[in-house]
Amino acid sequence: MAGKIKRLLALGAVVLTTAALAWAGSDDQPKASGAPKPVITKAVKGEQCVEPNDFMRRNHMKVLLHHRDETVLEGIRTKKYSLKECINCHASEKTGSVAASKDDFCVSCHSYAAVKIDCFDCHSTKPQGSMAMHPLNAETAHYAHKLAAQANSKISAEEMAGIAQ
Amino acid sequence: MNDMKSMSDNTPGSPERRRFISVATMTAAGVTLAPGVMLIDVAHGRPEEQAASSAVRWGMLVDATKCASGCDECVSACSTENGWTPVAESKHPKQAPQWIRKLELQDPLTQAETNLPMMCQHCEEPPCVDVCPTGASFKRADGIVLVNRHTCIGCRYCMMACPYKARSLVHEPLNDTQKPDVPRGIGCVEACTFCVQKVDRGDGTTACVEACTASGHNALVFGDMNDPESEISKRLRELPTKQVRADLNLNVGVRYHGI
Repeated sequence: MAGKIKRLLALGAVVLTTAALAWAGSDDQPKASGAPKPVITKAVKGEQCVEPNDFMRRNHMKVLLHHRDETVLEGIRTKKYSLKECINCHASEKTGSVAASKDDFCVSCHSYAAVKIDCFDCHSTKPQGSMAMHPLNAETAHYAHKLAAQANSKISAEEMAGIAQ
Repeated sequence: MNDMKSMSDNTPGSPERRRFISVATMTAAGVTLAPGVMLIDVAHGRPEEQAASSAVRWGMLVDATKCASGCDECVSACSTENGWTPVAESKHPKQAPQWIRKLELQDPLTQAETNLPMMCQHCEEPPCVDVCPTGASFKRADGIVLVNRHTCIGCRYCMMACPYKARSLVHEPLNDTQKPDVPRGIGCVEACTFCVQKVDRGDGTTACVEACTASGHNALVFGDMNDPESEISKRLRELPTKQVRADLNLNVGVRYHGI
């Protein structure tokens, strides 16, 4: 008796799964379009973020949190992981901001993920000065490798910094 | 070796000995942190990866005899540097944030007038830090009293505790008008930071001091009160100065001459 019930249940499960898969796979069913995918604009400056993209997408909040406490409490204002440097690179060319319009770098993903951030209640969403005026600062940690690579090419790092300034 | 000899002459706790030790440690720290680079002035040119150090105590001297009546250069310079709206331009002047304000005092008996700027006095024993329920109000190692806006809940206990009425609450949204270097926002208490962003950059001065010097009044001096060779230490040695509400034993970082 118990064996029969078990067999029936197993059969039921197989039928249901197959039906579900068929439904999901069928093209006649209207596909849920979902929320519009975030627009990820390439950073205006620089080639590579301070960490690989995958790491930053998952962990930027952790590194920012750590850096924020060091900066506020101890006065350590290194550029790596600093929110100001994120903004310097990622501010949109159109709005000059990371959070002014819905396609701007921070807002775009955060509205897609439905994660509300209050960073910009206090922090400016715009870089210092205008976008055109950004000095390509040789001290900026994440440009160090770029400048080092260019030291071997025809244009030296100093020249690059000079041009950018 | 001469140094060692002179050191041994001093009693263990003497100021000379302490001074020598602190200078020696500071120099050593500078050398180890940046090999091959001799840091001429550790106090004013801290490497950016190095935390603020208690070897430094930032302070200000206000010479009220030089502070001109009707001049508010220091106030407008502060407002420009730190991005707060001048009180006169604010829609709600009674609750507008004010990091520094000019006071004109008159002795009712003699009619003698005194001018001075009043701001956060950066106490060594700050009452605002004592009362803060979240630890948001804190004193940095180099003596600068700050508000950590990440933990400030806007309860305003610190505003009530401050004997100098130095702190303000931001009542209204700032709508992205903040300076990139000076984050500030609605619902948080704020006050003079001794231009901490400039200090950390190694400017060794504040916006108000720069403005006062530029206007030719030279009523303000900013510097490291722990460094006996700094201008502020020299001036403090020469001039008789007072602490406002000295009776509270707060050991303030802003000293007034001529009040």
